[in-house]
Amino acid sequence: MTNHWVDIKNADVVLIMGGNAAEAHPCGFKWVIEAKHHNKAKLIVVDPRFTRSAAMSDYYAPIRAGSDIAFLGGVLNYLLSKDQIQREYVKNYTNAPFIIGEGFGFVDGLFSGYDETKRRYDAKSWEYELDDHGFAKVDPTMEHPRCVLQVMKRHYARYTPEMVSKITGTPKDKFLKVCEMIATTAVPGKAMTVMYALGWTQHSQGSQMIRTGAIMQLLLGNIGIAGGGMNALRGHSNIQGLTDLGLLSNSLPGYLSLATDAEQDLETYYKPRALKPLRPNQMSYWQNYPKFFVSLQKAWWGKAATAENSWAFHYLPKIDKLYDVLQAFELMNQGKLNGYICQGFNPVGSFPNKKKIVAGLSKLKYLVIIDPLTTETAEFWKNYGEHNDVKSEDIQTTVFRFPSTCFAEEDGSLTNSSRWLQWHSKGAEPPGEARGDVEIIADIFHRIKTAYVKEGGAFPDPIVNLTWSYKIPHKPSAEELAMEFNGKAITDVLDPKDPAKVLVKAGEQVSGFGLLRDDGSTASGCWIFAGAWTQAGNQMARRDNADPWGLGQTLGWAWAWPANRRILYNAASSAPDGKPWDATRKLVQWSGTSWVGADVPDIRPDADPAEADRVQPFIMTSEGVARLFAPTGMAEGPLPEHYEPFESPLANNPMHPNNPKARANPAARVFKGDMEAFGSPKDFPYVATSYRLTEHFHYWTKNVLTSAIIQPQQFVEIGEQLAQAKGIENGGWVKVSSNRGFIKCVAVVTKRIPQLDCDGIKVDTVGLPNHWGFVGIAKPGYLVNTLTPFVGDANTQTPEYKSFLVNIEKA
Amino acid sequence: MSSLQSLDIAARSATTTPSPQVRKTPELAKLIDVSSCIGCKACQVACMQWNDLRDEVGDNIGTYDNPRDLTPESWTVMRFSEVETQTKDEGTRLEWLIRKDGCMHGEDPGCLKACPAPGAIVQYTNGIVDFISENCIGCGYCIKGCPFNIPRISPVDHKSYKCTLCSDRVGVGLEPACVKACPTGAIMFGSKSDMASWAGERIEDLKSRGFANAGLYDPPGVGGTHVMYVLHHADRPSLYAGLPDKPRISMFVEAWKGMFKPVALAGIAVAAVAGFLHWVVTGPNDVQPKDDAEAEHLRQKADDPT
Repeated sequence: MTNHWVDIKNADVVLIMGGNAAEAHPCGFKWVIEAKHHNKAKLIVVDPRFTRSAAMSDYYAPIRAGSDIAFLGGVLNYLLSKDQIQREYVKNYTNAPFIIGEGFGFVDGLFSGYDETKRRYDAKSWEYELDDHGFAKVDPTMEHPRCVLQVMKRHYARYTPEMVSKITGTPKDKFLKVCEMIATTAVPGKAMTVMYALGWTQHSQGSQMIRTGAIMQLLLGNIGIAGGGMNALRGHSNIQGLTDLGLLSNSLPGYLSLATDAEQDLETYYKPRALKPLRPNQMSYWQNYPKFFVSLQKAWWGKAATAENSWAFHYLPKIDKLYDVLQAFELMNQGKLNGYICQGFNPVGSFPNKKKIVAGLSKLKYLVIIDPLTTETAEFWKNYGEHNDVKSEDIQTTVFRFPSTCFAEEDGSLTNSSRWLQWHSKGAEPPGEARGDVEIIADIFHRIKTAYVKEGGAFPDPIVNLTWSYKIPHKPSAEELAMEFNGKAITDVLDPKDPAKVLVKAGEQVSGFGLLRDDGSTASGCWIFAGAWTQAGNQMARRDNADPWGLGQTLGWAWAWPANRRILYNAASSAPDGKPWDATRKLVQWSGTSWVGADVPDIRPDADPAEADRVQPFIMTSEGVARLFAPTGMAEGPLPEHYEPFESPLANNPMHPNNPKARANPAARVFKGDMEAFGSPKDFPYVATSYRLTEHFHYWTKNVLTSAIIQPQQFVEIGEQLAQAKGIENGGWVKVSSNRGFIKCVAVVTKRIPQLDCDGIKVDTVGLPNHWGFVGIAKPGYLVNTLTPFVGDANTQTPEYKSFLVNIEKA
Repeated sequence: MSSLQSLDIAARSATTTPSPQVRKTPELAKLIDVSSCIGCKACQVACMQWNDLRDEVGDNIGTYDNPRDLTPESWTVMRFSEVETQTKDEGTRLEWLIRKDGCMHGEDPGCLKACPAPGAIVQYTNGIVDFISENCIGCGYCIKGCPFNIPRISPVDHKSYKCTLCSDRVGVGLEPACVKACPTGAIMFGSKSDMASWAGERIEDLKSRGFANAGLYDPPGVGGTHVMYVLHHADRPSLYAGLPDKPRISMFVEAWKGMFKPVALAGIAVAAVAGFLHWVVTGPNDVQPKDDAEAEHLRQKADDPT
């Protein structure tokens, strides 16, 4: 979230799209209700299904699964062509005036720089035109034909209401009504919040769906203000913490990233990461990358990380490609990966194409399961009849099962969607032989380390030199780990302006990442968490609910990264003169000498807005402003473009009917064999989408009796027209199949899944709730991921669970 | 299960002695704002957990309703209705109306009126209608008497069960468990007048959003209720999974309490005499093997929580 849960109450318009907050986030949804009851907010829901959120909405518009960019592209066209944008905000705080180089082009669905054989873009031609000082050229009038605003206007002019309706199936009048409601927030006195979740991320073009939403919010001036923002609702209680701590194969803690094969020395590694400003006087905060990176290396390897050995840069692996979960299971299937440690994770349930997942696990030498519950993954080798029809005798994988604690059986912090780190205490002792995850990993680590110490090996240094100064080495405490990720001074940290002044004494906790250094004098395990556990103690355990500004900015409740800031880019809540856009919801403003207000200012505190080249509020970008057009960073292009899901009921992309290369995301990675496993609309004519229900949490709560009672048995949802056409009765049994497998369950026939008219084709949707499987106390069922395709978003590799093709028949 | 005291009893089934009058307690109510209910069923789980009830793991029969009906172990269930309404602006509009069903705690409780077992049903001065289960004889008259079809007889112990409005919690100053668990504030609890005034705010908001017939469901036919609903369509309560448009206590129950009761009591006396004659003439009713098997089945069902 750029903003936070409580702040949703400040919204005038709430758009829920690519998510179903009432269903999947019932507790957080209270803030939508609060906005409706006390702020007269209007709720818009755009979804293929009339969801629990839609039941609470003021306006609902249906959409074909996977066509969100077309819908939002149409909204952008509406806003730009009718000039319903917050012009001063756009001109000052976005890259709308920036001029793109002459090499940029977009022809028949493909941007310049495409390499078809590699399915990859070279982004060189997407860059800004630079002046002699290396700064991007801008045209403050935003009239230059190659300035971002004009490029965008041309790009989105193609997304007419007729075209939107043709692609999305949303009736034109409903689409225009939504545009009209959204456009009411283009004025400084109105705010719209966007709430989304996996309904956007789980597509082959998911990142660009989110970007389209963000572009819309920027045009409306809705980023950095109370009641606004792009708010990703995280689906597990601590999944925000997972990304923050970098638990992805190419990530390091705090959104630092692993070096690639081509980056074998520190200088090359820093170059694309520690970006110089592209406009005069801008903060370009990632310039501090070396401070965060060196502090991380010091946290991990202490004295072994020295200036001479480039802070042990050579200890880190250099990646030749992404090693995401799809890649891992592809490698297992190829026999190239033969051991797997699976911690708090149920890939047989959670990953696409169950058949391929089980085939991969069956080829392993060993599988380690660390989990508080029995999972389908732990039991993948066992025959559960039709729900898991495997031959146990053919599977030679050794499975080690370590029962672990669940969240309520341990101390620690959970990071919620609002980026709040909230400390919690153990509520109960774990049952039986269960041990904490940290304890289990520590035990494994010590055994590996002992082996390296005794026997040596190809490269023992990163293992044997790893910092491990916990008081009980086999049982590091949550407090010790939290203090470590916050960071401390190794030697005295001096004030650069006055070297006689000591800012932090050696051995003391740092109070924020501004004190981290790249000279080896500081250590911090996750720079964005610096400030969470200071010399003053555990800030995450704070429980002061005071809200003196009445905006829900409870700065004394727990601790939010970064720097206890609750709303990101909050300096954009004030106009370029430093005064609030809207006096009724002031966040931070210029006092004459510094930035002050209801939040920790997201700008250099003394950056005077009256300066000729004022410091701009988007301090993390090298431009200082937000990117409508992304010259770097996105795999499939600088502007979002609609592509069809890999499995689509339409033969072509209606935007580019004559270019098969631009049918689905041209930059998405597809493994050999998976392309063949895609189905065609001839055999699988219906759009399927998978999702959660309120009554359950993923594959966990089928182990909980009360949850099993309130939603006992697997079902699929279909519309009345489809049911009638196929002779399916409400409550009757059906078989749903894709090109990868089938499931059998009960059908819920509903008015809530409308049939859509897309380009003359009647599109029916089959809704597939997750949650059932072959273990647990709810009625046994099939794993829905038996059906899903093995392809992911081109940037994140998040699988396309939300739109694919199936057939359905009476069982 | 009540923590309320005998001093709080306003009415008692099949009892002719007058109730104590000295204590004054405020009239309470639970307000269910259907327009703010997301149907998450947290209230159902809270009810199970507070009251230590676990129903069967059932089946899906083509709806989100689960358990599919009120049972002796499920004192509240969500009822989902897909309804198409007509609006001026949009034409036909789909609505998914989600109503939490359970005892309405009527001011004029049909169950209590119909109950022949002394003290099996009581009404407290705060308005809660409670079943005192040890006095229940399982006759099922409360079901006939209830205009909302709420009580359910257990086939295991042959006693009638329904929502107590958490009289044990309320008795010690706590809100009912469902109120505490509701994440959106759709279930509120307090004095009936406060609830009516909060309902007024909600109704005004709903009217501003185009629900011209929004209103409070507090049906006068049963003297008002201590569980009330805010409805978007108060002119058509039956849209909400058959909520009675104009609930009244059954004529038979009213009649039973009135002129038929003496006649019926005479009838019972006749039946008792007839039973005695039957015993004299043909001997006692013996337990047959079939009865044994049936009892065993019920016992096993009661022992097996799944």
